[in-house]
Amino acid sequence: MADRITRDDVAHVATLARLRLSDEELDMFTEQLAAVLAHAEDVASLDTAGVAPTAHPLPLENVLRADVPRPSLDRDEVLAAAPEVEEHRFRVPPVLGEAP
Amino acid sequence: MSESDWELVVGLEVHVELATATKIFCGCRNQFGDEPNTNICPVCLGLPGSLPVLNHQAVELAMRIGLALNCHVEPSIFHRKNYFYPDMPKDYQVSQYDEPINLDGSLELPDGTTIGIERAHLEEDTGKSTHVGGGGRIHDAGYSLVDYNRAGVPLVEIVSRPDIRSAEHARAYVNELRAILLATGASDAKMEEGSMRVDANVSVHKPGDPYGTRCEIKNLNSTRSLGRAIEYEMRRQIDLLETGERIVQETRHWNEDDGRTHTLRSKEEAYDYRYFPEPDLVPIAPDAAWQAAVRTALPVLPAARRVRLAAACGVTPAEAGVVVERDLDGFVLDAIAAGGVPARLLVHAENNLADGAGQLDVGAFAALTTLEADGALTATQAKTVLGELVASGGDPAAIAAAKGFEAMDDSALAAVVDELIAANPEPFARFKEGDQKVTGFFVGQVMKATQGKADGKVVTRLLHERAAGS
Amino acid sequence: MNRALETAAAVRSGERSAVDVVEEHLARIAEREGDIHAFNVVLADEARAAAAAVDDAVRAGRDPGPLAGVPIALKDNLCTLGIPTTCSSKILEGWRPPYDATVVARLTAAGAVSVGKTNLDEFAMGSSTENSAFGPTRNPHDLTRVPGGSSGGSAAAVAAGFAPLSLGSDTGGSIRQPAALCGVVGVKPTYGLVSRYGLVAFASSLDQIGPFAATVADAALLLEVIAGHDPMDSTSIDQPAPSLVDVLAQGVEGLRIGVLHELLDAEGIAPDVRRRTEAAADALSAAGAKVDEASVPAATYGLSAYYLIAPAEASSNLARYDGVRYGLRVDASNTGDMNEASRTAGFGAEVKRRIMLGTYALSAGYYDAYYGKAQQVRTLIIRDFKAAYEQFDLLLSPTSPTTAFALGAKTDDPLTMYLNDVCTIPTNLAGDPAMSVPFGVGDDGLPVGVQLLAPALGEATMFRAAAVLEEAMA
Repeated sequence: MADRITRDDVAHVATLARLRLSDEELDMFTEQLAAVLAHAEDVASLDTAGVAPTAHPLPLENVLRADVPRPSLDRDEVLAAAPEVEEHRFRVPPVLGEAP
Repeated sequence: MSESDWELVVGLEVHVELATATKIFCGCRNQFGDEPNTNICPVCLGLPGSLPVLNHQAVELAMRIGLALNCHVEPSIFHRKNYFYPDMPKDYQVSQYDEPINLDGSLELPDGTTIGIERAHLEEDTGKSTHVGGGGRIHDAGYSLVDYNRAGVPLVEIVSRPDIRSAEHARAYVNELRAILLATGASDAKMEEGSMRVDANVSVHKPGDPYGTRCEIKNLNSTRSLGRAIEYEMRRQIDLLETGERIVQETRHWNEDDGRTHTLRSKEEAYDYRYFPEPDLVPIAPDAAWQAAVRTALPVLPAARRVRLAAACGVTPAEAGVVVERDLDGFVLDAIAAGGVPARLLVHAENNLADGAGQLDVGAFAALTTLEADGALTATQAKTVLGELVASGGDPAAIAAAKGFEAMDDSALAAVVDELIAANPEPFARFKEGDQKVTGFFVGQVMKATQGKADGKVVTRLLHERAAGS
Repeated sequence: MNRALETAAAVRSGERSAVDVVEEHLARIAEREGDIHAFNVVLADEARAAAAAVDDAVRAGRDPGPLAGVPIALKDNLCTLGIPTTCSSKILEGWRPPYDATVVARLTAAGAVSVGKTNLDEFAMGSSTENSAFGPTRNPHDLTRVPGGSSGGSAAAVAAGFAPLSLGSDTGGSIRQPAALCGVVGVKPTYGLVSRYGLVAFASSLDQIGPFAATVADAALLLEVIAGHDPMDSTSIDQPAPSLVDVLAQGVEGLRIGVLHELLDAEGIAPDVRRRTEAAADALSAAGAKVDEASVPAATYGLSAYYLIAPAEASSNLARYDGVRYGLRVDASNTGDMNEASRTAGFGAEVKRRIMLGTYALSAGYYDAYYGKAQQVRTLIIRDFKAAYEQFDLLLSPTSPTTAFALGAKTDDPLTMYLNDVCTIPTNLAGDPAMSVPFGVGDDGLPVGVQLLAPALGEATMFRAAAVLEEAMA
C-alpha cells in the first residue's frame, strides 16, 4: 500500500480542503492520521484482484424524473440566510484566479 | 517566419446547455435571462440535506447529441469533480469521468474532413459570477456577486480529438456542430448567450515529431474570436520554439481587445479533482429500445443534407454547403420536383437568396429556371425577376413580360457585336491575340447597347467566332 | 408499555388530548434536560401549537394520523422548515432550512408532535456526542457517562422519557450504539428504505435515518410511518413501507439465527457484553429458533474500509460549507481565504480530521490504494453477508463492545473511539438492516444492547426476533 502520511501531505491536503492548521495541529493530525491509516493497512492483505468496487449497496439504475417544472424557493427567504447580499445576489470577496 | 515548417494541432472542448424545461437534477426552470436567484431550490443551491434526481429529457438530449455525432451510447455513471469556487453551490460539480454516456464519434466538416469525437458527456452547469469594481475582470475586482439561476442547468461537454489542423477548420467544426445541435433540437447553441462555450487546446509540432505541449485557450465568445485566437496562439508558440524556449502547459485567456492570449494559471501541476463515483445517483443504462427511438427520431443532419442536395444538383457535397447552411436545400429539392433545373436552382439559391426565399414559391422558382434554360431569359434577367419574386411573389413569365425582358435573337445580337468590334478595333486586336480580359469590356458594351437583353454567353461566343475569322 | 402506540390510540379516540400529552413531556424535559442536555433546542411553543392542531382534527372528525399527538425528538441533522438545524456545528449555528426533510413531512402528516432538535456529534461524526460544538449529552442512566453517538441526544431523549420516539441517523452505528448505551431500541433500516432527502449528508452511501423507541412495537410503528419510496431521493427503494407492527407477535419458531463470531470475538468486546449476547442467543433458542455460529469473514475489515469510505464521502459532502451562501462566514480579503477562515473557525477537530483523512484517501496517487481498495473490500463484505444469509435468516452480535464509558475517557485517541463501531459498521457497508435491542445490564449496572442483523428488506423478520428478546427481558 502507500507510504506513511507525512506532515507535508497533511499540509497539502489541508490546503485542498480549505482548512488552515497551526503547527501544533499539523503535528497532531499527522500523527493521528498516520495511526488511522496504519490500522487501515490490513485491507492491503486482502486479495481483491478482479473484485469490482461497490459504489452503491443498491442495484438501482435509471432513476429519472420528468422534465416538468416545480416551484422554486422564495428568493428573499434564501437570501435572508446569506452572510452578505447585494442586488439579489450572494456577495463574496474578490476571487483570485479562475476556476481550476 | 517559417510557419510552413510547423503543423498546428487543435482540439476543441465545447460545452452546450441542453434545451430542457428544467434543470438537470431538480425542477427549477432552465431559463436564460430571469431575475437573479429566482430559479433556485434546495437541490441546485446545494443546501444541506438536498439530493439530485436526474432529468429524463437531459438523458434523451444527450443521447441525441451522441448519436448525431456517430458515438455509441454506453451505460454510464456520474462522478463528483471536487474543487472550491463561489459559483459552485456544492463545491463539487456532478459530471462524468471515465464512464461517460457517449464515446467515440465523429463530425464531418462541409469540405469532407472528418474530426474525431472522443466523448460527449453530461454534467451540471455552475452559477454565474459578476465582478464588481476594478476593471470588471477578475484580477482587479472589488468583489463578486453570484447568481445561481444557471447552477444545475444540464450541459453536454463534447470533446474532439486533436484532429483539427487550421483555424478555418476549427471555425467550420464549431459551425457544423452548432448546425447539428440546432437540427436535433438539443440546444440553441448561442455563443453570445453562453449556451455554447468553446475552449481550444492548441499546440504546434514539426510533422513527424510527437505532439507539442498544448495550451488551453478560454474566453472565446464567437467563432471569429476562435479563429483569431488560434492563429495568435500558433504564432506565439512557434516564435517561442524557434528562439529555443519551451512552451509552458497552461490555461490562457483570449483578450478580444488586444488580440492576444494571456496567462491565467499554470497547468504544470494539474489540479487534483479527487474524482469519485457520485453516491447520490445511480447508473444510467438506456436500453436498446430507447436508443433506437432516439436514433429513428433524428432529423436528416447537415452532412447528409449536403450529400442529398449535391446528388440532386450534380455538384460535390462541399459545393452544396452554403445552401444547406442557409436552410434552403429543402426548398431547392422541392423546386426540382416541380420541374426546375437543378444547377440553376442551386446557383440562384447560393448567390441570390442570401436572405431566404421570402415570397418566392417553389413553382415560380422552378418555372424561372426553366425559362432560363430555354433561353427565354438571360442570367441577368433571371436574377432581376427572382428579386421581384422574392419581394412580392407572382409568376416569372408575367414579370418578365412586364419588364419587357426577352432574350435577343442571335442575328440581331451579331449585328450589335459587329458594330462594337468596328468601333473598338484596338481592344478587339488584343482579344484576337488572346487577351481574355477584354471580353468583359465587350460584354459590358453589348449589355449597355441592348439594355441588358443580351445573353452574355452568346456575346462571348460571337466574339470568338469573329476573332477566328468570321 | 408501548407509549407511542398507546398514546396515539388514546389521542385518536379522544380519550386523551394531545395538548395534555405534550405538556406532560415538556414537564419532564424541564425537570431533567438541564442535567442531560439531550436537545440543542426545545420547541415548546411549536409543540403546543401542533398538539392543539391534532386535537382540532380529532374533534372535527378528521383522521389525525397513526402517530396522533405522539411527541417525537428529531436529531439536529434533519432539516426542519424554519427551525434551526445546526448538526451541532458552529458552522451551521442558527441556520434555518427553507424546507422539511421528507421524514419530517411524513411525521407531521402522521400527527406526530416534534418537541425538539436533539444533540449529536458534530455532523454525525463520533460515537459519544462529545464532538458536539454545544457541549455533550449525558447518559440518563449515569450522568458521568456518555450516551453514545452520534445520535446521543435522540437516544437520551427516549431513555429519559422526554419523548416516546425519536429519529436518529446511522452511518457506522450512530443509532444502534447509542441505543445500546442508553437501553432503548434503535433501528438502522435497509439502505434506501427511508428517504435521505433532508438529512444533512455525512457519508451518502452509508447514511440512513432510523427510529429510537423504548419498545420494539413503538419502533416498528415509527419505521412504518417514515419508510417507503421518495421521488426526491434517487437512492430510495421503489417500494412502500413494510408492515411491521402486525407481524411482531409471529415469533421465531424455526428461524435460523447465526451468532456472528467475527464480531462476538472481536478485539475489545467486554466479557459482560459477550455474556449478554450469549444469553440473547439462548433466549431465541428457547423461543424455538435454531441458533448456531455464523461467519462473515470480511466483516473483520469493516472498520478499516469504513474509515476510508466514510471520510472520503464526507470530505466532499462538507465542502459546501464555505461561508458563501449560508452558515458561518469569517471575512477575508479574498474568497479562498474567506472559505478557509470560515471552515477553520466553524468545524471542530474530529470533523477536520475526517475531512483531511477523506481528502487524502481520494487524492491523486492514493485513490486506488485507499478509496478504491475500500470499495472492493465492501464488495467482499456484501458477498460474505449474502453467503451467511444462505444459511441463516438472521444474525446476532453485540451492538457495542462495552457499556457506556465515562465522558472524556476516549477523547484523547481518535482510534480508540473508532473501535466502538466495530460491530455496527459492517451492516452499513453492506446496506442491510440491523437493530439494537436492550438486553439486560452489564457488570456496572449499565444497559447492554444486542444487535440483530437481517438481509436487505428483512425488517419484518428482524422485528419478530426483537419482540422475542424484549419479551424475554420483560
